[in-house]
Amino acid sequence: MTRVLRLAVSLALLLLAWEGLVLMTGVPHFILPAPHRIAAAFAARFDLLAAHAVITATEILLGLVLGVSAGGLLALTLTASRRVRGWLLPLVIASQAIPVFAIAPLLVLWLGYGLASKVAMAALIIFFPVTVALFEGLRRTDTGWIDLARTMTAGGNAAGWRVMLYLRLPAALPAFGAGLRVAAAVTPIGAVIGEWVGSSGGLGYLMLHANARMQVDLMFAALLVLAVMALALYLAVDRLLNRVLPWAADTTIPATSR
Amino acid sequence: MQDRVVPREGLRSHSVAVRNLGVTYEERPLFTDLSFDLPAASITCLLGPSGVGKSTLLKAIAGLLTPAAGMVTCGDGASAEGRIAWMAQDALLLPWTDALGNVTLGARLRGERVDEARAIGLLRRLGLGDALHVSPAKLSGGMRQRVALARTLYEDRPIVLMDEPFASLDALTRHRLQAEAVSVLSNRTVLLVTHDPWEALRMGGHLLLLVGTPPRLLAVDAPAGAAPRDPDLPGLAAAYRELLALMTDAG
Repeated sequence: MTRVLRLAVSLALLLLAWEGLVLMTGVPHFILPAPHRIAAAFAARFDLLAAHAVITATEILLGLVLGVSAGGLLALTLTASRRVRGWLLPLVIASQAIPVFAIAPLLVLWLGYGLASKVAMAALIIFFPVTVALFEGLRRTDTGWIDLARTMTAGGNAAGWRVMLYLRLPAALPAFGAGLRVAAAVTPIGAVIGEWVGSSGGLGYLMLHANARMQVDLMFAALLVLAVMALALYLAVDRLLNRVLPWAADTTIPATSR
Repeated sequence: MQDRVVPREGLRSHSVAVRNLGVTYEERPLFTDLSFDLPAASITCLLGPSGVGKSTLLKAIAGLLTPAAGMVTCGDGASAEGRIAWMAQDALLLPWTDALGNVTLGARLRGERVDEARAIGLLRRLGLGDALHVSPAKLSGGMRQRVALARTLYEDRPIVLMDEPFASLDALTRHRLQAEAVSVLSNRTVLLVTHDPWEALRMGGHLLLLVGTPPRLLAVDAPAGAAPRDPDLPGLAAAYRELLALMTDAG
């Protein structure tokens, strides 16, 4: 409760300082609009903002699902087969040398101005962090657990997939969760980049056009909506992870007390 | 084709023969030419100072690392592979499942049917009847080691290797668990590694001392009387002094 209160107080102070700054310097509203102008623009253009927000939210959610699934699958594949890892891992790492921004125009060219190119962009930008998080998590299973599993399966029909399913995969979930948190924070960036490069809708599109028409108050209002959406997504993912993996918080304690 | 271990094989006990075992670690020999026997259905305590390589020796016997030389066989001449249950100093409990789930891990890893009734029976026997569905994070250190002991027993292997299983516990809990372990491990062939002479004297049916550089093995007579022995048993204090002297001289 005090956290929320503190946040509200600091936000209010920030807005006051902003109003004061605009009032004192007399900076024109098409350069830096005062908070009350942004609030007015938000109220007046609410329907427009909402319509574009739905488009961006759809892109973000689809991108998140696609990027996390693809990254998770790749991490599992890399872990499962040493041969695949030898061929694929250098390629995956090298692919990160290409700035994702640079291929955004290509994505628009290939996938069009609609939803698909933005979903691809958002998925691409989180693909690598998710893959690395799960892959590292799977690689770093506690050696004590691995030893235990080896004595338990010794002399029998050892099945690596059972050790994977019952031991290594759950053990990697906290690391995967960390990757998911990063993904939740980064996906909105991917979607907005996609919209800036070429789109027919979405908050990024709206901001670009508002900027060109000197409607800086509308641009700030769109930015605000985007920030709230990104924050809500992060908090939702964080809450979900804490509920699904309540034990993940305990894994930071040293191995000897586990 | 490898034979599946018959699940109830644990009822039959095996002696273990370790012959000319050599272990190298990072290209340096840790031990060379260690030979000893683990008599069937009794607890052998391997006592040695910290850092002498007791855990490594245990892992070599367990098949967790490949020895540079030598072999480990059972009394019937067959390999010990698949007949060994291993318990470490760390309880190594999985934090995402409860006590019961931890005890039955081995069955799930082997793709066997989980015998929940037997697991519950083992947990009850170790005083954890009320903690079946409690997650490891909410258990005390002693309870965690009890769950680990139940998991080791659930494996139902004739040979049990224990690596300082009670070293991280407080004195009172350790004292209780030593007695409980002696009782539940009867009729299994146990090698218990410890740096605590009291623990060896309390639990051991046979005593082995691992001392010196390079480490050598010394067989020492276990005190009279059935384990678990109490500290006020006549002669135990003298045996303790003797063990300390042996460890100090050789070191």
